[in-house]
Amino acid sequence: MKKMTYAEAERDGIRLEMLRDPNVYLAGEDVGIFGGCFGQTTGLFQEFGPQRVVDTPISETAIVGHAVGAAAAGLRPVVEIMFIDFMGVCMDEVLNQAAKMRYMFGGKAALPMVIRTPCGAGVGAAAQHSQSLEALFTHIPGIKVVMPSTPADAKGLMAGAIRDNNPVIYIEHKVLLGVQGDVPEGEYIVPLGKADIKRVGSDATIVAWSGMVPKALAAADILAKEGISAEVVDPRTLNPLDKDTLMNSVAKTGRLVIVHEATKTGGFAGEIAAIVADEGFDLLNAPIKRITAPDCPVPFSPILEKAFLPSEEKIVRAVKELF
Amino acid sequence: MEITKEKLLDFYNTMVTIRSFEEKAVELFAAGFLPGFVHLYLGEEAVATGVCANLTDKDFITSTHRGHGHMIAKGGKIDLMMAELFGKATGYCKGKGGSMHIADVGLGILGANGIVGAGQPIATGAAFACKYKQTGAVVVCFFGDGASNRGTFHESLNMASIFKLPVVFVCENNMYGISNNQKDHMNIGDISDRAAAYGIPGVTVDGNDVIAVHEAASEAIKRARNGDGPSIIECKTWRHRGHFEGDPSVYKDPREQESWLKKDPILNLEKRLGELKFASASDLDQIKAAAREKIDSAVEFAKKSPEPSPDDLLTDIYAS
Ligand SMILES: Cc1ncc(C[n+]2csc(CCOP(=O)(O)OP(=O)(O)O)c2C)c(N)n1
Ligand SMILES: [Mg+2]
Repeated sequence: MKKMTYAEAERDGIRLEMLRDPNVYLAGEDVGIFGGCFGQTTGLFQEFGPQRVVDTPISETAIVGHAVGAAAAGLRPVVEIMFIDFMGVCMDEVLNQAAKMRYMFGGKAALPMVIRTPCGAGVGAAAQHSQSLEALFTHIPGIKVVMPSTPADAKGLMAGAIRDNNPVIYIEHKVLLGVQGDVPEGEYIVPLGKADIKRVGSDATIVAWSGMVPKALAAADILAKEGISAEVVDPRTLNPLDKDTLMNSVAKTGRLVIVHEATKTGGFAGEIAAIVADEGFDLLNAPIKRITAPDCPVPFSPILEKAFLPSEEKIVRAVKELF
Repeated sequence: MEITKEKLLDFYNTMVTIRSFEEKAVELFAAGFLPGFVHLYLGEEAVATGVCANLTDKDFITSTHRGHGHMIAKGGKIDLMMAELFGKATGYCKGKGGSMHIADVGLGILGANGIVGAGQPIATGAAFACKYKQTGAVVVCFFGDGASNRGTFHESLNMASIFKLPVVFVCENNMYGISNNQKDHMNIGDISDRAAAYGIPGVTVDGNDVIAVHEAASEAIKRARNGDGPSIIECKTWRHRGHFEGDPSVYKDPREQESWLKKDPILNLEKRLGELKFASASDLDQIKAAAREKIDSAVEFAKKSPEPSPDDLLTDIYAS
């Protein structure tokens, strides 16, 4: 184990895959000398040079579109979209090209490509640089969506995403990028579609991912002091979703709170709630609760931004309501 | 074109107001007063000033992430801008937008923008409305060299040219898109060359010479107002600061920076004003002092202003 930040761990994951497979390369805006807006790719340009660490023009459509073509022609691109908000610019390439090519071609193409992109509020970056848009992508069959919450997962899921033979959107949370944690050294792979129980508990299940995991854990600490044992389940991959781990936890606790930073309506918590209601109705002792951001754009003012974000207090309150 | 003393002093006043605003923003950001990202216009003041001097309140502009200068040159209110940078309830956007989203729709300012290249089609649409309603107004779209590599550039210029829309595309070519020199990201030296692809005029001017910018813009805007369609003006300029505050600009050659600092647009104009005997050094000092005073009182206003209330989180989402 080695202490690393989430950004360093993610980079370690990319680096090891680049060393292992010459077809893996990195492309995006300012991923070279600049090292990415949050330092995610620092040093890779110096190590691998301009052929494998490619600074592109401000052309998101062509960045993702080129990855589709390059993957179809035998490479394994890892491309960066600087902020998830800019995915709007390359939505056709995700939605109609990357996601569907294999199916439309009757299984005759594979697109091993990763789109890395930071999500999340908390840094005062306002409405066009702060969103959590994972649900847009979980709604597209053919795309996988991963959202690590710890440095170790950031590394392992990066390797898992790069080795996957499908288009994967790897969503990193910008507030987590600087957070430190223990990370396994050398090759370390977290398979896609495997949830992780971040804290074991018996009275209530809190499902949270990405930036909400630390808040769910803090809430569980507070709840423990009040005699409620909360289990925190981090799906890590939203598509494919590890239903077994989720259902097993709900079977044990009988109570479910789902937390995400994304806005509520149409959010992925609705999907999880529907799965549990559908396949585990008998397991529940209380209604399913969702703690999410309200249905509005992310505001700029720190006071409004704080009010917008789910907090541990809100999670604690929601869990207590179930008893 | 004849350029009067009054006009040049007016340019000077606008440019030093922008500069004082931005220098204050440097200070406030460093002191922790300004949340989020702040992209400064220092060094590029002549572009917004020279262009907007040709516009009236009924004309529109679209701005960028580096938008403070456009706002000020188009007549934006400095106290409301400053309060927005602080995220206060009295700010232009009630603290909901911040530096990257300042707008004053009443003054025809259709907003700074956090999405590079997003202004180009919006400007095209505003020009469509001006033509449709025959208001006689024109639209200026400010955008960067980097933004000219977005697909929206091509789609907007093509559409604006076939519909002969009253829009002028003003490229602020400061040579860099964040860390990337455009030498590496386009195969041409002058972005105005791209005008040929749309069958419209394109010119390149010294963006640090406010008089040259003003002249080129005057011609393009006249053309647009006359119904002769869009054109491109490329203004070669330089940002003095990092891409955003906090960026140490390690990707820039310090010698290049030094040589551009000597071509500072405000120094250029001061020299010109002196040559023409339009103003003495003390006249200029007075204008600068007055500008700084305006900025200081805007900061006072911002600091004293109330924070937004969390109750406002869910207002302004839909129109009634
Ligand atoms: C669609 C999109 N892609 C990327 C970014 C990130 N970004 C913000 S400013 C910028 C550089 C813009 O360069 P340019 O257009 O030359 O304007 P300048 O910053 O030089 O004024 C980039 C890449 C963004 N905001 N929007
Ligand atoms: Mg630029």
